[in-house]
Amino acid sequence: MSALSHSLYVDSYREPATNEPAWLSRLRRQALARFEASGFPSPRDEEWRYTHVAPIERKLFTAATGSADTDAAEALIESCRIADAWSLVFVDGMFVPELSERHGLPAGVTLESLASLLALSEADGNAAWLESGLERETESDRHGFLDFNTAFFTDGAVLRLEEGVALEKPVQLFFVSTRNDGRATLRNLIRIGRNAEARVVETHVGPPETGYLGTVVNQIEVADNGGLNHYKLQLDGGRAYHFGGSYARVARDGRFGHHLLSLGGLLVRNEVHARLGHAAQTEMNGVFLSENRQHVDNHIRVDHDEPHGSSRVSYRGILEDRSRGVFQGRIVVHADAQKTDAEMNNRNLLLSDDAEIDTKPQLEIHADDVKCAHGVTIGQLDPDSVFYLESRGIDAATAREMLTFAFAAEIVERFGPLRERLRGLLLARFPNAQ
Amino acid sequence: MNTLLRIENLHARVDGKAILKGIDLTVKPGEVHAIMGPNGSGKSTLSNVLAGRSGYEVTEGTVTYRGQNLLDQPPEQRAREGVFLAFQYPVEIPGVSNIYLLKAAYNAIRRHRGLNEVDALDFLKLVKEKTRMVDLDEQFLYRGVNEGFSGGEKKRNEILQMAILEPTLCILDETDSGLDIDALKVVANGVNALRSPERAFILVTHYQRLLDYIKPDHVHVLAHGRIVRSGDASLAHELERKGYGWIEAAAAGA
Ligand SMILES: Nc1ncnc2c1ncn2[C@@H]1O[C@H](COP(=O)(O)OP(=O)(O)OP(=O)(O)O)[C@@H](O)[C@H]1O
Ligand SMILES: [Mg+2]
Repeated sequence: MSALSHSLYVDSYREPATNEPAWLSRLRRQALARFEASGFPSPRDEEWRYTHVAPIERKLFTAATGSADTDAAEALIESCRIADAWSLVFVDGMFVPELSERHGLPAGVTLESLASLLALSEADGNAAWLESGLERETESDRHGFLDFNTAFFTDGAVLRLEEGVALEKPVQLFFVSTRNDGRATLRNLIRIGRNAEARVVETHVGPPETGYLGTVVNQIEVADNGGLNHYKLQLDGGRAYHFGGSYARVARDGRFGHHLLSLGGLLVRNEVHARLGHAAQTEMNGVFLSENRQHVDNHIRVDHDEPHGSSRVSYRGILEDRSRGVFQGRIVVHADAQKTDAEMNNRNLLLSDDAEIDTKPQLEIHADDVKCAHGVTIGQLDPDSVFYLESRGIDAATAREMLTFAFAAEIVERFGPLRERLRGLLLARFPNAQ
Repeated sequence: MNTLLRIENLHARVDGKAILKGIDLTVKPGEVHAIMGPNGSGKSTLSNVLAGRSGYEVTEGTVTYRGQNLLDQPPEQRAREGVFLAFQYPVEIPGVSNIYLLKAAYNAIRRHRGLNEVDALDFLKLVKEKTRMVDLDEQFLYRGVNEGFSGGEKKRNEILQMAILEPTLCILDETDSGLDIDALKVVANGVNALRSPERAFILVTHYQRLLDYIKPDHVHVLAHGRIVRSGDASLAHELERKGYGWIEAAAAGA
C-alpha cells in the first residue's frame, strides 16, 4: 500500500510557473519520473536500513499557496536568531524579503532567493552557473528525497561569493514551517569562490505541535583555498518530519566545516556528503539529541578523491525515553588519495533503557599510504562522576544534566567561530547545567 | 552539642563482601583524627560510606552526624550539611569546568542554608584567592574538572574545593599519598587554615609524614574492617617505625 502512495505526491505535481527556465522544467520532469518509479527510499536500501519513512508516505503534505504567515514565523525566528548576521527567511517554502536582512553586503556577494534569480532573464549572467549547479548529480547516492526535492522545490537560498571575498558576518538562512500538514521543499546553492570565506547558519524551526514535512537540499561548492563553515540548527517542532541533505564539493586546499545541532523533529534525517580535492579538509561535528519517540538519523559520507586531504568526523548522540538514533558514516579513500588523514568517531549516551542507537562508522580505503581511524562508544553516564558532583552538594538530577550537557558541549567547543553562540542554544535544553 | 560524628558498630558490605566489621568512632568538633591501616583494610570504604556512595550496603550499626541519622541522607544533602570527602582517586570530568563546579556546589550549599546565591564577581575573587593558596595556576579553574591534571594537581584541587566549601566534617582519603613535600605542605596548610573549634577532620593516611604538619588529637589503626587500636600522635610514630604487623598480630591474638 505505502509503496504506491507516493503517487499521491506525483499526482499533485503541477507544471511549475511559466517563468521558470525550460532546462529546469526538464530537470524537474526527469526527477519526477524517477520518483514515480522508485518513491521514497525503502529500508531495503542499505543506506536507509535504520530509518523507515513510511509515515511520510501515509500522509499528503501539501505545499503552501498564497502568502506566508509571517506573524507566526517571527516569534520562531527570534527564538533562534544569531545576533549580527545577514539573513534570508523562508516561511512554508516561500521567501519573505521583509523578514530578511541584507543591508551592507559587500561587493562580490550574491544572497538571493533562488526563485527570483531563476525568474530573471537569461541575460542576467547567473543562469549558466545555476543550471550547472542544479544539474549536478547530488553525489554518490541518489535517492527518492533528492528527486522529490528537485521535482517540488519552490524556492531556496543562493549564496555566491566571488573570488577573495571574506564575509565578516555570518549568513543565517531560516526555514520556518507554520502549517499543519504543510510541506516546505527548498533547494539552496552555496558557492564559495577561490580564497573566499563564509559562515552559513542553516536554521530549521517550527511550532511544537505542528506536523509538517521539510525537505531541504544544499548544493555546496568551495573553490580552491576557499572556506565554508556551515552550521545546521535543526530545531523543528516535535511532530515534524525533516529531510536535510548537504552535498559539498571542496576543491584544492578548500575547507568545509559542517556543524550540526539536531535537537528537534519527530523523524529526522541529517545527511551530509563531502567530496574532497587535493589537500582539501573537512571537519564535521554533530550533536544530536532525541527524546520521547523521536527518530534521528545522521548519514555521512566523505570521499577523498585526491592526495593530502583530511577529514575529521565527530558526532555525539544523547538519547532519552523511547527515542532512536542512527549514525551511519562512511569515509571513502579513493585510490589516488594517498596521504589522506581521516578520522571518524561517534559516541553516544543512552539515558534510558528504552532508547536505542544504531551506529555504523565505516572506512573504505583504496589507497595504501593513509592514516585512518574510527571508533564508536555507547554508554551511560559515569556513576563515579555523578557521585563526585553529588558529594559536592549537587543534587542527582542536576548532576546528570551537567554531565549530559558537558558530553554535548565538548563537541560544540569544536564549532569554530560561532561556538559561543551555539553553546547558548544547546544550553537552553539543559537549563540547570550552567 | 559535644559530638559531631558518632559511628557505632558500623558494618558494611561491598558486592556482598563484608568489609567493615564493627567500627566505633566518635569525633568531637575541633578534633583531628588520623586513620591509618594496611592496604585493603577498609579505610576508603569507611570514607565512602560516610559520603554516601551507592553500592555500599550498611548491614548493621549507626552513624549520627550533628544529631541526625547520616545514613538516611542522600549524598548531596550530606555535603550541604557540611560533610566533605577529598577522594583518594578524584575522577576526571571533561566538559564541566572546575570553576563551574565550584560555583554550583557553593551555591547549592548556600541555598541549603537559606542564603542568596553569591555574586559572580565576589565569588571569582574568593576562588582566585584560594587558588593561590593551593598554589594552582588560575588556568586550572577553566579546565574540565581534574581533566589531564597530574596526581598532585588533583589533590590540590580537592583541597581547593574544601577551602571554598568550608565543610564542617572534612574526610581526607589519602590526600597526602604520592605528593612531594611542597604539595604535602599545601595540603597541610589547607587543613590548618580551616581548623576551628567547630570543624573536625578525619585524615586517612599511610604516612606519618603528614602528621608532622597536622598534629592529630587521635590516631586509629584500621585493620580487617575494625579499629584495632587507638592512641595519640605517638601511635603514628610507632606505626612508622614498626609497621602494622605487630598490631594486626596483637589484634588477632586478642
Ligand atoms: N567496589 C568494590 N567491589 C569489591 N570489592 C571492593 C570494592 N571496593 C573495595 N573493595 C574491597 O574492599 C576492601 C577494602 O577496600 P578499601 O578501598 O576500603 O581499602 P583501603 O583501606 O582504602 O585500601 P588502600 O590503602 O589501598 O586505599 C578491599 O579488599 C577491596 O578489594
Ligand atoms: Mg583507600
